[in-house]
Amino acid sequence: MATPTAAAQADIEAYRAALDCGFPQVAEVFDECARNAMARLSPRAMQAFVDAGRFLGRMGRGPEPLLAFLEKWPDVAAAAGEDALAPVMALVQDMQASPNSAAITPFLQTLAAVARRLQSSEQLRFYLEVARDLMLRTTTSVHGRQSTFPSPGLPEFFRQAPELLDQLSIDGVRNWVAYGIRNCGHHPDQQADYFALRSADSRAVVQRERHGTLLADVERRLELTLRALWRHGDRLIPYSNAFHELRQLIPYYDSHGLRLPDVLDARDGVSGIDRYRAVLCHIAGHRRYSSALVADNWSPFQRMAVEFLEDARIDALVMREYPGMSPILLALHPRPVEGGCDPETTSCLRHRLAMLSRACLDRDHGYRDPLLLEFAGRFHQALAGGPSSTAAMAELALSYVARSRRPSDQFANVHFEDTVVDYRDDNRQLWTFIEEGDEEQAFDRPQRSETADEAAGLPPRHYREWDYASRGYRPDWASVYEGLHPSGNAATIDALLLKHAALAKRLKRLLDMLKPQERVRLRYQEEGSELDLDVALRSFIDLKSGAIPDPRINLSHRTSGRNINVLLLLDLSESLNDKLPATGQSLLELSQEAVSLLAWVIDCLGDPCAIAGFHSNTRHDIRYYHLKGFSERWNDEVKARLSAMTAGWSTRMGAALRHAGHYLQARRADKKILLLLTDGAPADVDVADESYLRADTRKAVEELAAQGITVFCLSLDPRADSYVGEIFGRRWRVLDRIERLPEALPQLYLQLTR
Amino acid sequence: MTDSEQYRIRREPFYQPQGNEVALYEAAYAARLPVMIKGPTGCGKSRFVEHMAWKLGKPLITVACNEDMTASDLVGRYLLDAGGTRWLDGPLTTAARIGAICYLDEIVEARQDTTVVIHPLTDHRRRLPLDKKGEVVDAHPDFQLVISYNPGYQSLMKDLKQSTKQRFAAFDFDYPPAALETAIVAQEAGVPPDVAARLVQVGAAARNLKGHGLDEGISTRLLVYAGTLIARGVAPRDACRVAAVRPITDDGDVRETLDHAIDAVFA
Repeated sequence: MATPTAAAQADIEAYRAALDCGFPQVAEVFDECARNAMARLSPRAMQAFVDAGRFLGRMGRGPEPLLAFLEKWPDVAAAAGEDALAPVMALVQDMQASPNSAAITPFLQTLAAVARRLQSSEQLRFYLEVARDLMLRTTTSVHGRQSTFPSPGLPEFFRQAPELLDQLSIDGVRNWVAYGIRNCGHHPDQQADYFALRSADSRAVVQRERHGTLLADVERRLELTLRALWRHGDRLIPYSNAFHELRQLIPYYDSHGLRLPDVLDARDGVSGIDRYRAVLCHIAGHRRYSSALVADNWSPFQRMAVEFLEDARIDALVMREYPGMSPILLALHPRPVEGGCDPETTSCLRHRLAMLSRACLDRDHGYRDPLLLEFAGRFHQALAGGPSSTAAMAELALSYVARSRRPSDQFANVHFEDTVVDYRDDNRQLWTFIEEGDEEQAFDRPQRSETADEAAGLPPRHYREWDYASRGYRPDWASVYEGLHPSGNAATIDALLLKHAALAKRLKRLLDMLKPQERVRLRYQEEGSELDLDVALRSFIDLKSGAIPDPRINLSHRTSGRNINVLLLLDLSESLNDKLPATGQSLLELSQEAVSLLAWVIDCLGDPCAIAGFHSNTRHDIRYYHLKGFSERWNDEVKARLSAMTAGWSTRMGAALRHAGHYLQARRADKKILLLLTDGAPADVDVADESYLRADTRKAVEELAAQGITVFCLSLDPRADSYVGEIFGRRWRVLDRIERLPEALPQLYLQLTR
Repeated sequence: MTDSEQYRIRREPFYQPQGNEVALYEAAYAARLPVMIKGPTGCGKSRFVEHMAWKLGKPLITVACNEDMTASDLVGRYLLDAGGTRWLDGPLTTAARIGAICYLDEIVEARQDTTVVIHPLTDHRRRLPLDKKGEVVDAHPDFQLVISYNPGYQSLMKDLKQSTKQRFAAFDFDYPPAALETAIVAQEAGVPPDVAARLVQVGAAARNLKGHGLDEGISTRLLVYAGTLIARGVAPRDACRVAAVRPITDDGDVRETLDHAIDAVFA
């Protein structure tokens, strides 16, 4: 026995010599680390391991990298293979050669956890690639200074990597990293926040990239299922377990709605949506069949037993009503192994109850414990005659707890394995408490409203924005605040209209021609309401003279009405204050005149029309003003709002278009037109890349087209040709002589809707 | 003279009364009151009228209304003939002449200017002026007008004028209660009662979705179709999908929900 130990000791000394490291911290633990490594690595890999250790010890970065490596590498090699060492060391050397050597320690510290989650050397290589890419693209140098700066995000990324990989596939991680580099690449603090998962954007992107079935994607189907099968119209409210490691929520319901996890993975052959459906059925079953019990006099064990049996009763009733749910519920219900829990050392009550619950639902449970069989029998007996009741289950549960009681039930060591039924809710509605205590109900109490003095106005609506570089949307990126435009003096608008009286007369003539004609005659119909005498006579003559008569001798009528809804969206950005050299009028005044005339024209035609204006001050503050609503007539109130129009800030067009589109979408009309009047390209102060907002606007136009809304742009920017076609396709016009806007806008509208 | 025999109903159509509507209809017919029957599609309106026509032993002329239908499609029109023009009675005129029950199915589908031609027939005058022909037809004593429509239409345009509505005695039909509907599906489709009960359960699930993505739930008629397919040996799930779900919706979410409901009901 002494010889192998001595040989091993000799090997360790040889490795220690090869490591050639003078750190006392390393010397202390090397024995243990080397033993561990020798037990798990092949001799060849052991040699490479020590060589790599020597390099790490000599980098001049202190003992931490080496300590982390010595401790973790055997685990990494076990998970991802021994030959992963070469690419790992290559990345370490690259970091050492760049200013990022501070990230080496976190990298090595989390590498084992990462490797355990990835489980293959190929995936690990992919991870290393992502890290290298992040390093290269975020290591910056400031122009004019002879130094480069380390990547602020890289060490944070390494620290978060295990948690990220819990939720995302490696592809998801790559997308998340790419998004971070693109959007926070130039801002060191933001970048660190992003990669440390501290910023809201970062979490939103993680959410988007998660694997499994997202509640948001299937919400409507689930709501419909709840309504179709159970006649409940409750809201489904997601909660997230992604960022709470310690306290995992389970589904529950209260007066606000049903709380469900925001994402569920497929499990045991049951798809994510079916898992959601199982939760819905169970909760709906509780609401239909359960009644609350007074909990004060029962011990926690007794309550747990009542919950298990009541849940089993609900599941049994659900299966009775909808037999198709039973394969799903049975697949999700754990199948505890009889004797899987040692009653001498562990508290087995949970285990026994889970087995009983299984036995109540599954006829082929295969358990042989006589007491369990007796109670399963009593359970079936209770349900044979009807839905039974919560009280009956409570009685059964208490009796079972009493009869199966063991001293070990009080042990602190509780058997949890295979006892958690994750489609069941937390049963908070099952209990009422007579005495107010610090029980679980306390957090259900109505909270005093903290937001009593909330700011006036509607809460913002968030819209996504299209990022052409990543070919994906930035979730909830732009915030639109809407409100009624302040009012001014209506008489100014009347004065403006008076100024254009001549033009108004000309337009009026045009309008009369365009006015919808209610009844149109359709001649030459084979079937119709009346005989068309001229044609009938002609046919009759043909018939008499032996020719083949035309059978289309009837005429009928058709009603033709206009069914057009139009929303005029005005760009109210700062540039509207520019004065025209020719007349000294500002663009804003011209727009006012033009919009007034157009509004009058549309009102004459009787088409429902809304007018709104917008401007923006970064993505956090986009203002959308209602000047005229669809149901408002062209009256003094509207004129007063128009007269108070002011201009300022920038033009974030996409969000405004989407917001205007959502109003048009709610209208019922054959044709929906969004007419945009602008004097420049989309731009905003927080966007440096000018193609970004253009691409987003184009995407918004495409989205609206898909909803059946036609967007037409009238641009006052003489240089607009270079971009306007790219955004609006063929639906745009540039007005060269801006002075003629008041005339051009109504005419354009008439042409568009003729 | 038109042969009224062709409009007679020879065999008794199966009809399962939901209440006292048979007696009420007989009373209305005895007084020759025009009758309006409201109810969702496929709940048995047309079947009820057929059954009553059989029971009263009167001929029945059914007109399915559509939006291209004109007044002359009801009343009649001139056609060209070798000797000139010839007048051809429309179904309404025929019914008034021979004393039949004239049943205008889904009357709201017809344009409003068409529906007013029934006005003189439905009040104390009981006569039909044929202004193009210059004739006034006095209705046969046995003549009765019955109209049906579905008030569940989403379109605001499709409703009857008050002046039309207030000429009728109205019956409100709905899908029968579950037990009754089960009996109907079992009888009509020839399936065992437990299968019929499952079908009715699927129907109830779909009717809960009315207004939430569905304009109309699965009708009794569609349930009978599904049952008929099952009776011919089609698997119940396939039968329900083909006969009950696919016809009523193109909305992917609703379709998937109903498919799931079928799976949940038919284990």
